[in-house]
Amino acid sequence: MVTELKVGSYTLKSRLLVGTGKYKDLVETGEAIAASGADVVTMAVRRTNLGQHPNEPNLLDVISPDRYILLPNTAGCHTADDAVRTCRLARELLDGHNLVKLEVISKSRTLYPDVVETLAAARTLVAEGFEVMVYTSDDPLIAIELEQIGCVAVMPLGAPIGSGLGLQNPYNIREILDQLSVPVIVDAGVGTASDATVAMELGCDGVLMNTAIAEARDPVKMAHAMRLAIDSGRLAFEAGRMPRKRYADASSPETGLIE
Amino acid sequence: MKLKVNGEEESVEVSTLADYLATQELVGKRIAVEHNGEIVPKSAFTTTQLRDGDVLEIVHAIGGG
Repeated sequence: MVTELKVGSYTLKSRLLVGTGKYKDLVETGEAIAASGADVVTMAVRRTNLGQHPNEPNLLDVISPDRYILLPNTAGCHTADDAVRTCRLARELLDGHNLVKLEVISKSRTLYPDVVETLAAARTLVAEGFEVMVYTSDDPLIAIELEQIGCVAVMPLGAPIGSGLGLQNPYNIREILDQLSVPVIVDAGVGTASDATVAMELGCDGVLMNTAIAEARDPVKMAHAMRLAIDSGRLAFEAGRMPRKRYADASSPETGLIE
Repeated sequence: MKLKVNGEEESVEVSTLADYLATQELVGKRIAVEHNGEIVPKSAFTTTQLRDGDVLEIVHAIGGG
């Protein structure tokens, strides 16, 4: 019932995009991701531990590239060069799949996006044929620039990564939505289901989250809650809310009353 | 010869990248390899010759947000 979302060359049935970090184990990861109903699932690229546990289960055994649209991220990269290298490795790892989540994060306790390095990496990646979904600040000017560079989705933060504070600046997010024609997906900051619904009611095209599900007491149940929250928010946005009024307006007819 | 693999110096006696991956039980695993800063396609593992001082980065997918 919710309209599909087109991101670059992909069509998503679910507007909830989820991460795979911070889960207790791969079993819980698989169950929570399945319960979320997400099509797009993020993953990280890291050095293989050499000489240790050669038969350790791999994330890709649980989150199959045949079932999900994998979105490798560049988390942990602090420069454009490292982010570009990570994306090239991810493309090779996933047999030529070119959809990536670009994030170049500052070395500060805010984990705020380094937009200078992000812009540089985005230019290189788009030129190399990647479809770039880009994590950025909620600065409308930077969001416009990232769209002009050719990113397929712009993903402003709702609040700092892992903070669970909910949308802190809905006015900036609204401004970004008004200015861009590519999908705008809130990435980071959601804490609970109502935060996700607020983002969707605002008109966001989707929400990407990880910690809100993974650090819930029951991640599988929270994944289900988020799925419903995203659908509810989107449906409410599409339906169009009633106008706000300052005074009461009776729901039952005020004529035909008995005397 | 000496290789630098994932930031660690290693002494090994192998001739190709495929040989090295076999010593680490990584053949057929879902990995990607960068050799001296360049991506090596899986199809080129057996033809990529390693030399003393080469630098390898070997990565895989893990959970992340």
